[in-house]
Amino acid sequence: MHPVLKLVAQRLALSTLLLLAASVLIFAGTTILPGDVAQNILGQSATPESLANLRKELGMDQPATTRYFNWLFGALQGDLGTALTNGRDIVDSLGGRLKNTLFLAFWAAVVAVPLAIFLGLLAVRYRERWPDKLISAVTLASISVPEFLIGYVLMYYIGVQLGWAPTVSTIYDSMSLGEKLGAIALPVTVLTMVVLAHMMRMTRAAILNVMQSAYIETAELKGLTSFQVIARHAFPNAIAPVVNVVMLNLAYLVVGVVVVEVVFVYPGMGQYLVDHVAKRDVPVVQACGLIFAAVYIGLNMVADIVSILANPRLRHPK
Amino acid sequence: MSDKLLKVENLKIGARIYPPGEKPRNIDIVHGVSFELEKGKVLGLIGESGAGKSTIGLASMAYGRGGVEITGGKVWVNGREILGTNLKDLRKLRGTEVTYVSQSAAASFNPAKKIMEQVIEASLHQGKFSKKEAEARAVELFTKLGLPDPENIGDRYPHQVSGGQLQRCMTALALCPEPDLVVFDEPTTALDVTTQIDVLMAIKDAIRDTGVAALYITHDLAVVAQVSDEIMVLRMGDMVEHGTTDQIINNPVEEYTRDLVSVRSTQHDGKPPTDNPVLTVENVTARYKGTNFDVLHNVTMELHPGQTLAVVGESGSGKSTTARVITGLLPPREGKIHFDGRDLSSDLEGRSRDDLRELQMIYQMADVAMNPRQTVGTIIGRPLEFYFGMRGAEKKKRILELLEEIEMGPEFMDRYPAELSGGQKQRVCIARALAAKPKVIICDEVTSALDPLVADGILKLLENLQKIENVAYLFITHDLATVKAIADSIAVMYQGRVVRYGPKAEVLAPPFDDYTDLLLSSVPEMRLGWLEEVVQSRKMESAGN
Repeated sequence: MHPVLKLVAQRLALSTLLLLAASVLIFAGTTILPGDVAQNILGQSATPESLANLRKELGMDQPATTRYFNWLFGALQGDLGTALTNGRDIVDSLGGRLKNTLFLAFWAAVVAVPLAIFLGLLAVRYRERWPDKLISAVTLASISVPEFLIGYVLMYYIGVQLGWAPTVSTIYDSMSLGEKLGAIALPVTVLTMVVLAHMMRMTRAAILNVMQSAYIETAELKGLTSFQVIARHAFPNAIAPVVNVVMLNLAYLVVGVVVVEVVFVYPGMGQYLVDHVAKRDVPVVQACGLIFAAVYIGLNMVADIVSILANPRLRHPK
Repeated sequence: MSDKLLKVENLKIGARIYPPGEKPRNIDIVHGVSFELEKGKVLGLIGESGAGKSTIGLASMAYGRGGVEITGGKVWVNGREILGTNLKDLRKLRGTEVTYVSQSAAASFNPAKKIMEQVIEASLHQGKFSKKEAEARAVELFTKLGLPDPENIGDRYPHQVSGGQLQRCMTALALCPEPDLVVFDEPTTALDVTTQIDVLMAIKDAIRDTGVAALYITHDLAVVAQVSDEIMVLRMGDMVEHGTTDQIINNPVEEYTRDLVSVRSTQHDGKPPTDNPVLTVENVTARYKGTNFDVLHNVTMELHPGQTLAVVGESGSGKSTTARVITGLLPPREGKIHFDGRDLSSDLEGRSRDDLRELQMIYQMADVAMNPRQTVGTIIGRPLEFYFGMRGAEKKKRILELLEEIEMGPEFMDRYPAELSGGQKQRVCIARALAAKPKVIICDEVTSALDPLVADGILKLLENLQKIENVAYLFITHDLATVKAIADSIAVMYQGRVVRYGPKAEVLAPPFDDYTDLLLSSVPEMRLGWLEEVVQSRKMESAGN
């Protein structure tokens, strides 16, 4: 078997195992949480009998392992159960939310990734000169400020004072793409500012590292221009570390947007999760956790596989 | 203004250095060097590290490596002064009129691109040839340089060919755009001697056939004598002597050149083996963890007290692996290590502190074998504390004794490794090994990273110390000249086996086995015409077979 296929198969298998382990952790974590759903639903005045009845109805009387496997097999078949608080099917309510979160993450990534890589290349081209220092200072400053603060500041100045963008980013299915994009302009800006620094610094560092190599000198001595040297000879050898940090940030855009969604009242997974954590709606929390874990592990697996494919020694063994 | 291909006048080169803990300052690397080169001629630039050879070579492309800057003088290529021209015109010069072959082809080829793409890149970029023409020319060069499967080798990635082949590909890369001048910067230094001959001959033929002129930079006078018409000797940025190859080799005028020509002067008569070897390697077979092939097969050798056993071979022959087995870093699959009348445990954990003390090691890279944040005194003092529990005045006295033994003054005690020269660093490593009062020191390529004259000094020191301390050396090297200078007995290794073993006089006397013969005849000799003789006699031999 070609070694690359073998390595990719290994990554797939490992990721599946990891996701399984994550599902155990999520289930165990939510199970040992203090508090009782039945009590929450029925309130303080509930009688012991009604509590016991409700627990039985919810399947809480069965042993944890049984409940775990029921949950897992359900999840594998696309059934994440029903929300305790409103009795609705979780997959139905989650589907729209997940779509919205991915929509926001996608547009944030479309802006942030090329911008970060471009700024990284620019910083290399003008390293140790003012453009490099300015780029680093601005991106590092923006990552150092908490995202909710950036969110509120942008909301106040751009949304309220200037009136350029709506302060509430609620979107509906009936909106056109343009309207949706207008609505999410501010959260996309905030997310871009949060993830830009990592990716830009990593691109800069990875390419600068490669620029020390003897083959860069060879390229320069061929009479190539600075940009040709960076793009043709340095960048292909810097892909692996850059892809890794890009994927980590994409994962963050999906699973880490809770705060931003809440600040901008955006109907995504984050808000949904926060609402149901407050109500101790365990199946919803579990479902969200599982989806977040799957996204995280999936994107990291993609990063690993791209790194493997970017290595000519693995692609073309002796 | 000149019909010469290359004319360098009063070239001055400086660099900005950043010493740790000090303000950056400018230093001069080359102080006013002048020379000329005609079309089709080869000029050898020779000198030790820091002589400014590579810097001068790159200056002929108006290129400064890192913080290096050309601070004065003039350089003409094809009658055009190039130091004053702008970057755009320089880019037209680089890669077409003047090209460069570096020391390490392995590092100078982009690992992510195919060889062909890189070989023809400059020609395409400068619009010299169409893609088809350039590829045809590359294949022609691959053939001329004796590369296997010249039609298809360009489709491979750099890691898919051997070091010697890649070095020839680098030469093809430099010759492809039909340059007027090629700068060869130590093109064979990183290769094994047996590979060096082929590459050297390929380069020499290619230079002759294409009529290109060349600057050939190396620290090895014997190598440069084979390929160049003229030689310029450099030392610390100054020209020492410039003459025809014949004159420099046979009638050097300057004392420094005479030193260079006569450098392997140390001769050492081998001592006969004793009855009680201090170290015996017995039938050792070993493999690395996670692999399924043996890298050592039935290796057997003996080292006698106060003597030197040289282990020679090419890279990958198993020399260093033998050292790893002896030190316990790699437990053998079969076989035993006897040391001073007792069996040594095969793994490191099973060895006593005395076992460790009596078997010390010195490495090739003195730089990385020392903690850069410790002073020389701390470095040498550590084994004194660890093995003998020495403290205070007693320890200091011993450190000073050791410094004296390695011919360094007491003022070095408070210096840091970064403040020492390469030779001094290696001396400190020797002192650290001696501090443990060992019976055996394993020296792993300890002179390979040093300039010839400095290396010679280290060998003399090791020999003196052997007389004083009666310590035995297991001397691992790929350099046969070093072996002749220092060994009492020799083990020649090839592909994990000892192919020839015995007292020096026997090993180095005919009849030879095939491999030892190849190895011995591959060592460059400092006389004109040696390369052709060797290649000719090999051709006749293979025709005879």
